[in-house]
Formats: sequence, C-alpha cells, structure tokens
Amino acid sequence: MSGKPKLHYVNARGRMEPIRWLLAAAGVEFEESFLETKDDLKKLQTDGSLLFQQVPMVEIDGMKMVQTRAVLNYVAGKYNLYGKDLKERALIDMYVEGIIDLNELILSNIFQPADKKEEHFATVVDKATKRYFPVYEKVLKDHGQDFLVGNKLSRADVQLLETILMAEECKPDMLAKFPLLQSFKARISNIPNIKKFLQPGSQRKPPIQEKDIPRLMQIF
Amino acid sequence: MSGKPKLYYFDGRGKMESVRWLLAAAGVEFEEEFLETREQYEKLLQGGALLFQQVPMVEMDGMKMVQTRAILSYIAAKYNLYGKDLKERALIDMYVGGTDDLMGFILMFPFLSAEDKEKQRAFIVQKATSRYFPAYEKVLKDHGQDFLVGNSFSWADVHLLEAILMVEEKKSDVLSGFPQLQAFKGKISSMPTIKKFLEPGSQRKPVPDDKYVETVRRVLRMYYDIKAN
Repeated sequence: MSGKPKLHYVNARGRMEPIRWLLAAAGVEFEESFLETKDDLKKLQTDGSLLFQQVPMVEIDGMKMVQTRAVLNYVAGKYNLYGKDLKERALIDMYVEGIIDLNELILSNIFQPADKKEEHFATVVDKATKRYFPVYEKVLKDHGQDFLVGNKLSRADVQLLETILMAEECKPDMLAKFPLLQSFKARISNIPNIKKFLQPGSQRKPPIQEKDIPRLMQIF
Repeated sequence: MSGKPKLYYFDGRGKMESVRWLLAAAGVEFEEEFLETREQYEKLLQGGALLFQQVPMVEMDGMKMVQTRAILSYIAAKYNLYGKDLKERALIDMYVGGTDDLMGFILMFPFLSAEDKEKQRAFIVQKATSRYFPAYEKVLKDHGQDFLVGNSFSWADVHLLEAILMVEEKKSDVLSGFPQLQAFKGKISSMPTIKKFLEPGSQRKPVPDDKYVETVRRVLRMYYDIKAN
C-alpha cells in the first residue's frame, strides 16, 4: 500500500528539512502532519508510532521510519540518488556526513545563549570556510564535473545545496572565496524539481526565528 | 591495491571502536596506527589524508575513508551485513541510528568532570532502560528470531551488542528487565568472530581512562570543557 509519504514533525525545518529537500529533488509529492502541542507528540509516542519516541517520523511504503539518516538513505536508495555502486556510495556518504556536521553547527547557532552567540557564529563561519566548503570546492575542481559524485545528481548535491543556502542565511557572502560552489549553487538550484522547491508556496520551511523557539521547545 | 584495512586513530575506543567491532565481526583482519603525538596528526593533515581534518580515518580498497558512518556503511555492505534489500537496510539503519545515539552519550563520558560523570551515568542508564532497550527487546520479542533483521546476522546486531556491553560497564545489571536482550547478548557473543574479539589480546580497546583523555586533548589541542547531557 503506497500513497504519498507522510511526514510527522513540527512546522519548522529542524531535522526534517533534509528529508523534505530530498523528496522534493526526487520529484516525490508528500504530505505533512504538524505537531502543534505536547499532546500531539505524546499521542504518537503512546500509539507506538515512534521507535525511539522521537520525531522525525516518516510513513513511507508501509513503514513508520524514524532516524533522519535512515529515512534519507531509504529515499536516496529508492530514487536512485545514491550512486551506482559501493564506491560511489562511499564517496556520497563521506560528503554527506561532512555536510551533516556543518548543518548541525549552523542549526545549533540559534540555540546558543546570548553571551555565547557571537563566539559560536565565528566558529560556524570558520568551520564552513576553512573545513567544509574548501573540500567540496576541491572535489568539483579536481573532476571538473557538474555533480559531486559520478557525474550524476545524487543526494550529496541536494544536501550540499541545502547547507550552502543555510550558511548564506547566516552570512550572505559565505561563498565569496568559492567560485565553483557558486556556480554549483546556481546549477543545482536550476534543476526543475529543486527550482520548484525553492519557489514560494513549496513545502520548504523558512529559517527558525528566535520567537518560535519557546513554542517549539514546549512541544518537546 | 588491497591488503588489510588500516585504521588511524588514538589507542582507545572513541568513534573508531564501532569500526573495529564490525571488521572483527566480518572476520576481516586490520592494522592500526595509533596517534600519540601532535606531530603525527599534523603530518596526516599536511599529507591531505583527512578529508575534513578529522579522524577516524580508514585506508581500505584504495580509499582514505573518513566519517564513521560512511566507513561502517561501506564495511557492512561489502561484507553482506547490511540486509538483502532496501527495506532490510532501512530497518538496519533505524536500529543502528538508535544504538549510535545511545553510544554517543557514552562517548563523551571520559571527558567529563567527576561530578558530571555521575549525572551522565544516570542519564545513560535512564535512556538505555526507558528508550532504547525496550525498542530492541520488542523487536526481538515480536519476531522471535535470533537476529534483529531478516533472520540473518547484520551490522545492527553487532552494534547493539557493542552498545549493551558499553552500558553494562556503567551499570552491570542494566539488562535485568530485558530477557530477550539477555539471550541476544549470549547468542551474539558466542558467534566465533565475536567471541574471538571479546577475548583478551584482541584489538578491542578497554574502557577509556585519563591517559586516553590526555592523549586526545594533546593531539587535537582540544582543551575546552565538555558538558554532560
């Protein structure tokens, strides 16, 4: 019994956003059920829908999948966005894990106490521009191809674009020293499914605002 | 150019331990180079061996692999410990995600102050017994099979055994409410490759001590305080 995947999460980016991106890139329509109160979460917990009592949870292909990586792996595998063999998967996994690490750093910025914010922001910029972006710039430079792995669109490209955009929301000139990432960003953004997802009215969520945090925290 | 995989890390558990477990479970012999000095680490950095300037790094099959999850997924798939199809992989990924989260709470333990250690110990036990162990207990109970997924030994089983033993080191009777997990532990531990890895003299690393913490801090110049969960 198929039907559209159904995403269970709060109405925010958080840990569900990479899944929204990947489904959109794969051209897969999906539904969303937003947790609005603590009771909404409790209900899912008590009816046995959440393996580890946590969201994200995605109903897909008869499964109630949890664990963001597991969901992303499944979607990527199902829609041929995971490379053609073990070695391409290995490269994709390495690149994706780096992106996830940078993503976590950026995500955690908004939760920093006021007195730590500036320092943390500096760390984000430092890591993005000295540890992560140089790697992807070099990958693209070395093979001269349009996509990170195997000359073909994969989840690595989608997840990198997502993170580039998040980084630029922090600091608009984040890509100043990375010409290949700039053209990568333009190129991947232009892919029809992704272009559609980047337009207003899509299921892409806006950046979290400080004022939203209390409301979201009380759900968890 | 094959040959044995070579693991670059500290002489201790950390993030590399799950890789040691999985290679051992698959019956794959491996070599290790232990980082003891800052100079060694800088040499690796300068040589471009570390994609994101971090260890673990594993040289295998012509690649210098980094990122623990990437390494584990590669090994699991190569040695047929990753299920037979997409759906079994999905289950394995979910289960491994849980044990990864649980072991993540233990990873930072040696770096905590004495006071925070007690807090963290309680936290680990609470999460293990109220969130994680019940999930795996139910999986095993529901299908009644020996292994977590597909009636076949997989990465998920190795990872869960590793997690169980690590939590038991924090509280020895932590499995007392979980008969399925007790039986699971006994069965998986007695599989030949695992049994061998559990014996003294194997490449399994002991519980991290202050010397390990000192080495990590010195090599990575990581002197900031780490807080409990």
